[in-house]
Amino acid sequence: MPKITYIEQNGTEHVVDAEVGLSVMEAAVRNMVPGIDADCGGACACATCHVYVDEAWLEKTGKPEAMEESMLDFAYEPKPNSRLSCQIRVSEALDGLVVRLPEFQG
Amino acid sequence: MIIGAGQAGAQAAASLRQEGFAGAITLLGEETPPPYQRPPLSKAYLMGALEESRLYLRPRDFYEKNAIELRLGARALRIDRAGKAVTLESGEALAYDKLLIATGAPPRRIPVPGADLPGVAYLRTIEDSDALRAVLAGARRLVIVGAGYIGLEVAAAARKAGLEVTILELAPRALSRVACPQVSAFFHDLHRAAGVDLRLETALAGFEGAGRLEAAVLQSGERVACEAALVCVGAAPETQLAEDAGLKVENGVWVDETAQTEDPSIWAAGDCANHPSVLYGRRVRLESVPNAIDQAKAAAANMTGKRVVYDATPWFWSDQYDVKLQTAGLGEGADQVIARGDPKSKRYAVFSLKQGRLLAVDAMNDPASFIAGKKLVALKASPNPKMLADPAADLKSLLAAPPKEQD
Repeated sequence: MPKITYIEQNGTEHVVDAEVGLSVMEAAVRNMVPGIDADCGGACACATCHVYVDEAWLEKTGKPEAMEESMLDFAYEPKPNSRLSCQIRVSEALDGLVVRLPEFQG
Repeated sequence: MIIGAGQAGAQAAASLRQEGFAGAITLLGEETPPPYQRPPLSKAYLMGALEESRLYLRPRDFYEKNAIELRLGARALRIDRAGKAVTLESGEALAYDKLLIATGAPPRRIPVPGADLPGVAYLRTIEDSDALRAVLAGARRLVIVGAGYIGLEVAAAARKAGLEVTILELAPRALSRVACPQVSAFFHDLHRAAGVDLRLETALAGFEGAGRLEAAVLQSGERVACEAALVCVGAAPETQLAEDAGLKVENGVWVDETAQTEDPSIWAAGDCANHPSVLYGRRVRLESVPNAIDQAKAAAANMTGKRVVYDATPWFWSDQYDVKLQTAGLGEGADQVIARGDPKSKRYAVFSLKQGRLLAVDAMNDPASFIAGKKLVALKASPNPKMLADPAADLKSLLAAPPKEQD
């Protein structure tokens, strides 16, 4: 299974085995990574699964769609590498993906 | 002790641990699956596009790792407030120091002839969704009773699956209890364009069939032939336990702004709880996932001795066809409605105001209006109506901090 590393604000790293086909949000929730609330359960409705994708992975994770981009625009401290993790699908190509968590969600 | 392992109950259990509570936590659930999210039951899960395990709110071992005793298939029969114990259907009595009631709001049943025929479904649980999917698989025509969110979402799913869909709605418009007329009109048009026969001011008399559903019969006498029917005419808070225990019940379990009932050892949260809205200055009962999560968080904090007032801005979402609705606030009592964008473009928002103050926003494929609106609602702001109406105006600028007064 592809490995994904989630890095909290305080530097704590969580390396998880992520099942292909799940979202990066679901992989975090299943592995009890703190800091990803995902209140809406992955419907791209709440913006509480915000992550910063490591620059080296931006090409492979792709760009957000218009809806997601608008949501991110209002997120806490959005950056050019911001994504909603419920909208990134886990694939073999993402083995090694690194994402960082913001200080707050919402 | 938490009665109800839905979105609110599961959140409260997790939040109690996050708040540092080190005592025993028991989470009682009537159903057998671990706590799960219900919204996909009328959408992706119903259509077979999401497997059951993806509904689970947390992995199964989350509960064990956090020392949360998850008791599934366990029905609470009675709360003994004097003895501080909950009696289960099995006869077992479980003692509690503090209790959270999170029993939710099951669908209202309708007492019409034929409502128990095979082919007539209700929708609340995974089991219900599985049963409805099986019924739909063998059906060509579906009748939906009630044009609320669940009815409209299932209509969208069934149309995608190629079924003929008729919706019967008693009120003069769809979503009449939860949306303003402009939003009702938007979804009415959306469903009509998708080929749904959406009939307003139409009353159901009953269902007919020889051993299995064959038709819905209207009060006009007309028969609408169908092999499947879904009854979704709203939900009623599950308050029996609270009532029997002598707790105050008024359209839900009565709680104060800290989610506490009149009994200082008992709290309630989620769909079953009737609480004072700090934002609107009146009592409300909300049926939504965000309310369940946020009220449960407040209840959990207060159960550990803190004092947290629950004052989150209500919000909600729905997915139908290619439209995502996001709504924030409660529009009841509005005296002005401002539309933004063209409904035909399917990117459209409606702002409801009262004496200039923004009460609510309903945003269709317009998350910027939703999020900006949600923040403005929380601020009790009175935004410039011209800017709200102008799709080119940047709503973010409305959120900019007001200029500070000169010292």
